[in-house]
Amino acid sequence: MKPPPFTYHAPGSVDEACTLLGTLEDAKVLAGGQSLIPLLNFRLARPQHLIDINRIAGLDRIYERDGGVAVQALVRQATVEDSDVVARVCPLLTDAIHLVAHRVIRNRGTVCGSIAHADPASELPAVLLALGGSVVAKSTRGERVIGAGALFAGVFETTLAPDEILVEAWFPSSSKPCSVIEESRRHGDFALAGVVRAGDRLALFGVAPTPVLADRLDPTRGLEPSGDLEASADFRLHLIRALTAQAFAA
Amino acid sequence: MKVNGVERAAPDDTRLLLSDHLRHELGLTGTHVGCEHGVCGCCTVLLDGAPIRSCLMLAVQAEGHELTTIEGLARDGAALHPVQQAFHECHALQCGFCTPGFVMSVVGLLAQHPHPTTQQIEEGISGNLCRCTGYASIRRAVHRAMELSPLPLGGEGQGEGLQGGGRK
Repeated sequence: MKPPPFTYHAPGSVDEACTLLGTLEDAKVLAGGQSLIPLLNFRLARPQHLIDINRIAGLDRIYERDGGVAVQALVRQATVEDSDVVARVCPLLTDAIHLVAHRVIRNRGTVCGSIAHADPASELPAVLLALGGSVVAKSTRGERVIGAGALFAGVFETTLAPDEILVEAWFPSSSKPCSVIEESRRHGDFALAGVVRAGDRLALFGVAPTPVLADRLDPTRGLEPSGDLEASADFRLHLIRALTAQAFAA
Repeated sequence: MKVNGVERAAPDDTRLLLSDHLRHELGLTGTHVGCEHGVCGCCTVLLDGAPIRSCLMLAVQAEGHELTTIEGLARDGAALHPVQQAFHECHALQCGFCTPGFVMSVVGLLAQHPHPTTQQIEEGISGNLCRCTGYASIRRAVHRAMELSPLPLGGEGQGEGLQGGGRK
């Protein structure tokens, strides 16, 4: 048995899931599982309770609102990849999804899960930040909207409260030039470094504990990326300068 | 859950991974387990027609869904599935450990793109690791499978489950 012991819950509604999250100690939400299950298999995560939201009906919609596109918690990345609405309203999101792992992973992984997981090298949090999007968090205490700028708190850390579920992510449309460019060893790998351009805004990923906004004219100011076997800190800074120039060259 | 067209009970133990359930409980050892964290692709199976990693899903989560494993692509004694036939013809395997995962990924790829471009083929197989043949013959096998595939691509007795778009 690979995962550590946990108690499994499969609520049938968001309200039921919120009640469970509000009452149980040390509970984790399981959506696509493409990040959480590896962490369980390695026993790097040992939550006492798993709240599997996959049985909740009506949480898998993509729809337009407020000049953007909303993606609910159970929408698979592959569905977003194939979505005509997303391609029309927010093509930057379609482009970014292509860079997320592989199709087989995207068949199961969710957009909201990627954002809640807050991996610093992940594309989707940086896209949300560059566009100035937001998420909707729900709990038994009510519902609140968290702007991307206030969401990412640290490595794998968000400002979601322990009793809150991220039920929806909202990506605003942009009429200005947008692009996402990253450098990775192989297609589908996590990026060594990457940039997202949304008009004049620039967000970086893979070079700080969270995705960060940066000045296009001096994108590496204040950055202290870590170095590892894949890339040194200096190489990551070089990549940011090169990719930023590329993103704004068009 | 339905596995290769047969109704099977979900396990009592909620900690059991789908990959281990298929192998240990159902005896379907054609699904191989390599890295157990979603990187190698050996454990790829079809969930409602779309390829997924069975090591990244709990078996209980498959309750109410249709699964197809490598054993479900062709019945014993029947003609091989076009993708299996293509791998056989093109020598797209050496030790064979990664092969079931590759075959299931390619079945999914061809369901999504019946006529994939070279780039789509490369992306489609990039999530599976092969450490002995190299990928040239596997790429050739995908092209060959495309020629051999009657459309829509489907496994025996799986009905619409394999025709793609059945993703939940």
